[in-house]
Parts: sequence; structure tokens; C-alpha cells
Amino acid sequence: MTLVRHELKQGRTAFLIWTAAVGGLLAVCVFLFPEMKGEMEGVSDIFSSMGSFTAAFGMDRLNFGTFTGFYAVECGNVLGLGGAFFASLCGAGILCKEEKERTAEFLLAHPVSRRRIITEKLAAVLVQVTAMNLIIYAVSVGAIAAVGEAVPWKEINLLHLAYYLLQLELAGICFGISAFMRKGTVGTGLGIAAVMYFLNLIANIAESAEFLKYITPFGFCEGADIVANGSLDGKLVVIGMAVGLIGVTAAYVKYGGKDIR
Amino acid sequence: MDAIQTRKLTKYYGNARGIIDLDLTVKEGEFFGFIGPNGAGKSTTIRTLLGMISPTGGSARIFAQDILQDRESILGKTGYMPSEAVFYSGMKVRDVLKLSADLRKCDCREEAGKLCGRLQLDPGRKVDELSFGNRKKVSIVCALQHKPELLILDEPTSGLDPLMQREFFDILRERNREGATIFLSSHVLSEIQRNCSRAAIIREGRMIACDSVEALSRTNARRVTVHGRVLLEELEGIRDKKRTENSVSFLYGGDMNRLLQVLASGEVWDLSVSEPDLEEIFLHYYESEDGEKEGETA
Repeated sequence: MTLVRHELKQGRTAFLIWTAAVGGLLAVCVFLFPEMKGEMEGVSDIFSSMGSFTAAFGMDRLNFGTFTGFYAVECGNVLGLGGAFFASLCGAGILCKEEKERTAEFLLAHPVSRRRIITEKLAAVLVQVTAMNLIIYAVSVGAIAAVGEAVPWKEINLLHLAYYLLQLELAGICFGISAFMRKGTVGTGLGIAAVMYFLNLIANIAESAEFLKYITPFGFCEGADIVANGSLDGKLVVIGMAVGLIGVTAAYVKYGGKDIR
Repeated sequence: MDAIQTRKLTKYYGNARGIIDLDLTVKEGEFFGFIGPNGAGKSTTIRTLLGMISPTGGSARIFAQDILQDRESILGKTGYMPSEAVFYSGMKVRDVLKLSADLRKCDCREEAGKLCGRLQLDPGRKVDELSFGNRKKVSIVCALQHKPELLILDEPTSGLDPLMQREFFDILRERNREGATIFLSSHVLSEIQRNCSRAAIIREGRMIACDSVEALSRTNARRVTVHGRVLLEELEGIRDKKRTENSVSFLYGGDMNRLLQVLASGEVWDLSVSEPDLEEIFLHYYESEDGEKEGETA
């Protein structure tokens, strides 16, 4: 647990900033809803007739005038992107930071196995991502209650669960990548999250690119599908979790025998 | 028991040479010097011994334990001071020392306090604010606070002022008297000569000599300094020639009678012949034969 505590302390500032930023933006979105509610019918018509743009964000299948529809699109994007960026950054930097910051000789001179280093660093990533999601969930529910809307528990729970799973997958992929890297973390993390996000937009726009939903974890976070089906797409979730696990396994294999310089 | 024993230990980084067929034995309780210039393979040897990098070939044992299979057990008995003293950003010295102790699952507060006092290190300072020398002190405390049986030190004195160097070697000698084995990698030959009982010299990844410091310093070569006019063109066995306006100084390992003949045929105002120090022996091992037989007139 020493390394878990150490990693949590090291990542404390980034965690607080990202949690405050995503949680704050999410709350602002919720607080905007009552004002927009009256104008929503017109707005909803406009949003549902913007062709590819509408399809890209799933607004052709959601009623933007209802709180659930509004939350699934607006808040989903904030939590989806913000959470994805944070989880990717956490994973991408964690195993290679000792080599990047030249602290590897300090860490590896101690009687700690590589397996324990990987496990404790992975645990630190999971704790941060989970804590961020729990805080944001609480902020979100609090904000909904504060604006006087009934909390659509099932949809909210499913949406937040989907984004949590998305973050776990991205963290797993980036964790695996970080075992192969010696330098460079921010660009890798942000890049992977952004690419995955845009792959999903493309899959939404073009029917011929729908297979991309099997590649990007944003595929099983589609608010329109979750609200309409009342469940997550199990197949996509299983594929996503498997990809995340492959990333983690690759980290154990690579970092276990890596020459650390 | 041997503290360190390597058999044909080899490490290549891709095609680049690290160390080749290194056979090294350090006895338990020894104060052992490991000499070589930058890039010779000293740090590669140490990192391989500590399991940070995997050997390409050969094997190594520390206290009769295999460096690959028993890595954690070996590191539990070892204190390592890297040549670079870099720590996690934002931490205070006491946090770094505690992290190091926690990773070793031991309470080292008392010993850490003593060492900080002797090295005049303030544990309340942030490591980012420390000078290189003070960061080195943090490294020293991390390496020593758990009282290891084996100390591996990679260029430990760079950045330390002379007073701190003296205190540092006092501490090392105390630990050595208490039974600790010390493996000191350095290119500062004077500190090897002053402190070590045995030493190995590494060159381009290969060990080229390993003996007692006394034996390594013992050589037939002599440092000859001649003031005057002497023709050295046909004198064989001259190395490390240094010239000033009216004198020439060189290491001479050839026939002494021939030297006397050459000197007698010249005009000598003053002459000194002395035993070379380890620094000169080191150069003797390292210098190539090329370009050393040309004549010289001072």
C-alpha cells in the first residue's frame, strides 16, 4: 500500500483540478436546464434537424426538451470527454514517469518486485478514477435535486456507469502503453481519448463506419441508446473491458522484464 | 562468502556495448573500488547487479543469491546510491526518507536522524529546492539508513564539498568496520586509493585489471621529470608525456640502463624519478600505444 499512498499523494493536485473542473461543468450544465427548459421545444426542433451534426451527438434519437435527453447529450459530453481525458492521463503517465523524471533508480533500488509496482500503480489509477466518478455522481445528483428536477435514477445510473466503464477501458489501454514508453505521457493520454471520442462521432454520422463502435468505448456510452434501451450494450461493454484488460496484461508482461534506465 | 560474484556477465543495449564477460569477485567485508572513465560500463554493471536491467549473458550472485531470481531479497540487504540524485517532485526530505523506509518496511527514523545530523541535512526542506550536493546527501541517507550489508555507491562524492566528502568517508569506514561490504564506483582515483583495499579497472566494458590497490599501484614504471636538453627519440617505453618550457615529464617503463644512457648523452640540469600514483597507473592502463614513441627534446 506504500506505493498506492505515494501515487495518490503525487496525483492529488491533478485529481482535484480534474474532478473540480468536470464536476463543476456538469453542475453548471444542470443549473442551465431550468432556464433553457421553456425554450427547449424550439431548440429541440432545431437540434434535431441539423443533419450529420445531429446524428453525431445522438440528438436525432433523444428529446432535447426533456431533462433526461438534455442530460444524456450535454452532460454526457462533459463527463465523457473530461472523464476520458483524466483516466487516460492517469494511465499513460503512471508506469513511465520514473524513467521520464529520472526517479527510476530511486524506486527500483528498494526491495519491491516489479509485479508489486505494477499492481500498486494500477490500484492507484483505479482509486483515482473511481473516486472522481463517485464525487461527480454525487455532485450531479445534488445539482439535479437543487434545480427541482426529479432524478431519473435509472438513466443517470446507467449513463454514469457507462462513462465509468469507458474510463476504466481507456485507463487500461493507456496503462499498457505507458509500460512501453520511456517519455511522453500527456500527449499520448489526451490523444488516445480524443481519437476514441471522434471515432464515435464518425460512427454516428456514417452508417458504413458503424463498426467503429466496436473499437471506441464511447460506442457503449451513447446516451440515446442507453436512454432508449434502458440498458448498456452488453456486447460492446464486454469487448471494451476485454481491451482494457489486454492493456493491463501487456503492462505486466512488458514492465516485468523491461530494462529501466 | 563472496558479497558479489559475476561470471562472464554481459550486457548489450541492442548492438551497443554495455559490459562484456565481466568476472568480478568482491569478498564480504571488503571496501572495493570500481574504476573506469565515463561510458566504460560501471553504471551498467551496477544496474545489472541491482536488477534494473537484465543481463544479455552470464550470471551474477550477491551474497550467494541470484540477481534475477532473488532480486527483492538482495535489495533488502543492499543500499544503493545512484550517480544522479533525483527524487519525486514536491516532496520534503523527510517524506523521501520515510518513503524509502516504508518501501523497506522498516522504521529508520533514529538512524536517519543521526545521518542527517552528521551530514547537516535539513529534513524539512523540499527536495526540489536543494542543491545537487544536498540532494546527494538525501541519497546517502536513503542508502545508509537501513544499515545494509552491502553498499553500492556510484560516483558518490560528485557535488559534495571536501568537508562533506570527509564526513561521508568517515561514515563509510565506520560501516565497513561494522562488517558492511562497500562497492565504490568512481573515476576519482585518489578516493579509491585512500579508502579501498582492492579495486578493479574497467575499460570499454571489459575488466582489464583486478587486484589490491597496493598491487595495482605497484609497477615498474616510474615518473621521470627532466629539466634540460635531452633527446628522447629512440627511447622506448615512454607514456603520458607532459612538456613545459624547459622540462619534460613522462612515465617510463623501459630499460633503466638505456634511460640513463640517453640522459647522460644530453644536458640535464635537474632530474627526479618517482613512483607513479594510481592516477598515473590508471592512465597507463588506458592510454593506447600509439604516438608514444616519438622523440622529444626539452
